[in-house]
Amino acid sequence: MTGPADFGSPDSVTTGPVPPLRPARRRGGILRRCEEPLWRWGGRVASLIPLAGLTFVLVVLAVKAWPAIRVNGPGFLTRSLWQPGSTYGAPVRTGGVLHPVGSSYGAWPLIAGTLQSSFIAVLVALPISLGAAFALTERLPKWLSRPLGFFVEVLAGIPSVIIGLWGVLELGPFLARHVYPLIANHVPNVAVLRYFRGSTGYGEGLMTSGLVLGLMIVPIIASTTRDLFLQVPPLPKEGGEALGMTDAEVARWITVPWVRSGIIGATVLGLGRALGETIAVAMVSGSILGQVAPNVYGTMTTIAATIVSQLDSAATDGTGFAVATLAEAGLILAVISIAVNVAARGIVNRTSRLAAPVGRV
Amino acid sequence: MAFRTASVVALGFVVGPALWLIVGVIARAVPHWRWNVLTTVPLGNGGGLENALLGTLVIMAGVLVLAGTVGVLAGIHFAELARPKRNGRAGSSSLRVASEVLSGFPSIVLGYVGYVALCVGLHWGFSLLPALLILSLMVVPYIAKSTESALRQVPTSYREGADALGMATGYALRKVVIRSAMPGIVTGVLIALSIAGGETAPLLYTAGITNSLPSSALVHQPIAYLTYYVWTDYNQPSAQAHNLSYDAALILIVLVLILLVSARVIVYRTQRHSESRR
Repeated sequence: MTGPADFGSPDSVTTGPVPPLRPARRRGGILRRCEEPLWRWGGRVASLIPLAGLTFVLVVLAVKAWPAIRVNGPGFLTRSLWQPGSTYGAPVRTGGVLHPVGSSYGAWPLIAGTLQSSFIAVLVALPISLGAAFALTERLPKWLSRPLGFFVEVLAGIPSVIIGLWGVLELGPFLARHVYPLIANHVPNVAVLRYFRGSTGYGEGLMTSGLVLGLMIVPIIASTTRDLFLQVPPLPKEGGEALGMTDAEVARWITVPWVRSGIIGATVLGLGRALGETIAVAMVSGSILGQVAPNVYGTMTTIAATIVSQLDSAATDGTGFAVATLAEAGLILAVISIAVNVAARGIVNRTSRLAAPVGRV
Repeated sequence: MAFRTASVVALGFVVGPALWLIVGVIARAVPHWRWNVLTTVPLGNGGGLENALLGTLVIMAGVLVLAGTVGVLAGIHFAELARPKRNGRAGSSSLRVASEVLSGFPSIVLGYVGYVALCVGLHWGFSLLPALLILSLMVVPYIAKSTESALRQVPTSYREGADALGMATGYALRKVVIRSAMPGIVTGVLIALSIAGGETAPLLYTAGITNSLPSSALVHQPIAYLTYYVWTDYNQPSAQAHNLSYDAALILIVLVLILLVSARVIVYRTQRHSESRR
C-alpha cells in the first residue's frame, strides 16, 4: 500500500563486504573446560613412564653389574665356564670387590646359545610365516582364512610357559625319537652339515629350543606379513599375471618386494622376541652351563634362561658376586635386545612413513 | 602349482603344531580334571589351585588399573596431544622410542631388576606391588601402542565436526575421539591382560609363591599365580604334581582364550557397524 509490492526485495541479499564470522563460542561449563589440562598433563606424565622405567632398569643393571664387570673383565665375553666358587671358604678380594674363593665366570656359552637358538628360530620361522601369509591372503577362501588367521593370532597369545611345557613333554621327545636320528644318520660329514651329526640326546637342546622359539615368533611375523600382503594393490599383481608370470613369480617379484621392509621389520621384531625369551627356552634347552652345544642337538642355555634358573642359587652367595654377575649377563642381553629393536624400528619407520594416514601427522 | 602347495604346507606347519600344542595340553589335563581344583589350595604334592587362580586374577586386575591407566593416557598423548615437530614429524619421538624399546625388552631382565631393586633394595620382599610394577612396566608400551593406533584410525572429520560444534577440546576428546576409538583401546587392553596373565619370568623373583589365598597386603606378602605351577610342577617326581601343572596350564589356556576371543568379538562387531569398513 505504501509502495510497490515487495517482490524480491534485495533486503535479504547481503551486498558489500561479508562481516567476519564470529569465532565459535566454546560451549560447556567450567568442568568441561577444565578437562583439557587434565588429559594433557595426565598424558604427559604417563608418556614419561616408559622412558623413566627404562632408565631406571638400565641404571639398576649397570650399578649392580659394575663389581662383576671389574672382576670378570673383558674375558667374560669369551670364557666358557660358570663356577660360583666356594661359599664356605672366606671370600677373597679382587680389585676391591669381595667374591667367593674360586669363583670364575664366562658368558660365551650363554651368548652363543642366545644367538644360535634365535638364528635357528628366524631361519625356520621366516619361510613358514611367508608361506602361511600367502596361503591366508591368496590361496584360501575367506570362510577358512578368517578363522585360521585368528588361530595364528591365538598362537601369539599362548603363554610361553605352556609352549615350553609342550616342548619338553611332547615336541622334544617326539623329535629325539623320530626325527633327529633320521637326520643325524643320513647327513654327510661335510663342513656345516657336520653339526647335524652325532649324538641326538633326549630332545632337550639347541635344535628343540630353536624350533620352539620359531613357533613362538611365527605368529608375529605371519600376522604382520598377512596384513602387509592385504595392502598390496591388486593392479600390479594382475599386471604381472597378464605378462604371463606364474603365482610364484608374482609373489617373488611383485608382492614381497612391495612390502619387503615391513617383512624385515617384523622379522627383526621376532628376532628380538626370540633373543629375550626366557621360560620356554629354560624348559627345553637342557640348561647346561659353561659349555657351547657340540652339535645342533646338544644341550645349551641362553642368557635369559641362565638368569631365571640361576638367580635362586646366586642369592645364596653371601658376597653378592653371583647376583652381580647375572646383572652383567642381563646387561649384555639388554644391549643386544636394544640394538635389535632400534634396528627394527629404523627399518619399519622407513616403510610406515609411506602409509601414514592422510591428514594426520 | 608347487608354489600353492608349498604355501598351504607352510600354513600347515603353523596350524599343525599349534593344534598339537593346545590339544596336547588339554588332553593331559582333562582326563583327571576335578572341579575342586578351583576351590582348594595346594596341599603337599596335590590339592588345588584356588590360590594361584585368584592370585593371577588379582595380578591381572592390578595390571588393568595400573598399566591400563598409564598406557591409555600415554597412547592419547602420543596420538592426540604431543605437538608435531616443525619438520612435520610426530612429537615426543624420544618417549616413543623408549616405549618401543621397552616393549621388546627381555622380561627376565625386568624381573631381575624388580627383584634386586624393589624386593631386596626397598625391602618389600616377594609381594604383589613389585610384581605389579614390573608387569605393568612390561605391558604399558603395548597398551600405549594399541591405543595410539586406535586413535589414529578415528577420522579427522570427527575432530573437525566436534570443533565446529564448539565443543571444548578436552570434552570433545573424551566424547567424540576416545569414544569412537574405544573398541580398539579395549582390545589392546584385553590382549595386554592376556600377556600379563601368562607371564612367568618377571613374576618368579618378584611375586614369590605361597599356598595361601591372596590378601590385601601390597608388600611383605607373597602371592601365588598360575604360571608358577606350570613351570615348577611338571618335573616334580609325583604324578599329583604333574596333574597340578597340567591343570594350571589348562586354566591358563581357558583364561587367555576368553580374553582373546572377547577382543576378537569386539573388533568384529565394530568392523561390522563402522562406516569406514574395508
